[in-house]
Amino acid sequence: MTTIVLERQPLQSAFTIAPEREQTNTILQLTNIAKSYDHKSMVLNDINLSLQEGEFVSIIGQSGAGKSTLLRCINRMIEPSNGKIIFDQQDITSINKRAMRQQRAKMGMIFQHYNLVSRLTVFENVLHGRFGYKSTMQGVLSIYTEEEKRLALSILEKLDMKDQIYKRCDQLSGGQKQRVGIARALVQEPKLLLCDEPIASLDPNSSKVIMDHLKEISQSMGITVLVNLHQVDVAMRYSDRIIGLRKGEKVFDDIPKQLNQLAIRNIYGTSVDELITE
Amino acid sequence: MTEANILRRKKWRMTGVMIVLIVLTYGSAAITKFNIIEGLFAIPSTLAWMINNLVPSAETIENIPKVLKRLWETIILSVIASTTAAVFALLFAILGAQTTQFNRFFGFVARFMASIFRNVPVIAWALVLVISFGHNVVTGYFALFFSTFGFLVRMFIETIDEASSDGVEALMATGATYFQMVCKGVLPDTMPQMLSWIFYMIETNIRSATLVGLLTGTGIGYLFDLYYKKLDYNMLGLITIMIIAVVFIIEFTSNKVRKVIS
Repeated sequence: MTTIVLERQPLQSAFTIAPEREQTNTILQLTNIAKSYDHKSMVLNDINLSLQEGEFVSIIGQSGAGKSTLLRCINRMIEPSNGKIIFDQQDITSINKRAMRQQRAKMGMIFQHYNLVSRLTVFENVLHGRFGYKSTMQGVLSIYTEEEKRLALSILEKLDMKDQIYKRCDQLSGGQKQRVGIARALVQEPKLLLCDEPIASLDPNSSKVIMDHLKEISQSMGITVLVNLHQVDVAMRYSDRIIGLRKGEKVFDDIPKQLNQLAIRNIYGTSVDELITE
Repeated sequence: MTEANILRRKKWRMTGVMIVLIVLTYGSAAITKFNIIEGLFAIPSTLAWMINNLVPSAETIENIPKVLKRLWETIILSVIASTTAAVFALLFAILGAQTTQFNRFFGFVARFMASIFRNVPVIAWALVLVISFGHNVVTGYFALFFSTFGFLVRMFIETIDEASSDGVEALMATGATYFQMVCKGVLPDTMPQMLSWIFYMIETNIRSATLVGLLTGTGIGYLFDLYYKKLDYNMLGLITIMIIAVVFIIEFTSNKVRKVIS
């Protein structure tokens, strides 16, 4: 595994955000979330978490610590076995499929393997983000309004993907694919962006581009970004707050400055030097 | 265990397998009184007979339009059977594939039905159906339809599960409905592979349709049967060569089309 050294962001340091936190709105509130697949071992155990509007939060932890499961419990791609999810002032823990669909439209998701429909063009893939707002027929027949198309175009432009709009997604590089993934999530006009290891399959340069875009999204658009990360240094550089998961339990939740060697040892069971050379 | 021991054990196992194979071959040859040497020596004389009798003569060439007409029937039949079977197979495959099934029970039923249709050979279907439908083209159609349906469901399920689970997850996460997910997430990525399988089935069905035609008395199979019973070997040769030519042409064009769509 290579270490990714990213330039420090000159914009905003973590502790200028901390005092503001009380004034902003809570966008997501998880209470006692637990997940078990076999009623014996707990993948997630009693997770409490609240996210504020525009916050950039990273989740770190070993493989198998439950990071991906936690992310998917938020949009109920995986049903939590226990606990309560309040998203955008609404309890979505046990709402029906139709209502959940409407809530999912307000949460964008980005994946490690981009999860694009590879034989369709960039533009078509981005417009898929509008499905949550459409009837089945409108979606199946690809009926999009003028505004939706303009929105997709302006987002692609912002992500420097304007020249690739009519390319098929299987002709793009990894970094470009991930930007299409981000565009698809942004076209949903989400309040929350869930990113499942967005840079785990990318080279250092593309990783920096993607992380910069995500940071920019949280700062200028006020969208809350929740990112699963493998790289501690990236998490430290970009996050307003870091969550540490170990064996399905939250063992750290604080600003990056507080993530010292001891805390890292507590999350990973090793020191950071051993981690990077692994 | 040491390295040498493992190697020795492997050698012994291979020797054992070889001995069993030889015994099986000799045993079954002895039981059926089959003499492989005699069989091999008969090949040259058989070839000579084929050259003498099966090569089309000048007067059989005049019958080409007649053969073409029957051959055309056979081609059309296999195209219709393959395409209609593909439509139904697609519906069942969407029900049966892991990534797109909306209910485990329906998924199981779809896979189970397809498995039954697939495991009955096309000739068995023809024999059974000829009793109820009689000697006509409908029998041939259904025999091809059933076996194609069973095979295509299996192939489509594999195609769907292989190609599209990532896109499906992403679309569901955007709040897409089930049909949006199937039409926009699954079909675009699986269509070329599925078309490819349909072309393959059309090729296969032209060969099968010949055989089914022998039983049901339709298409090129009927003609083949007719001349076979008249002992007109020149015509038989002509028909065989034309079937081979058609299969070659279909295979060639389907390869071209597959290249273009992929």
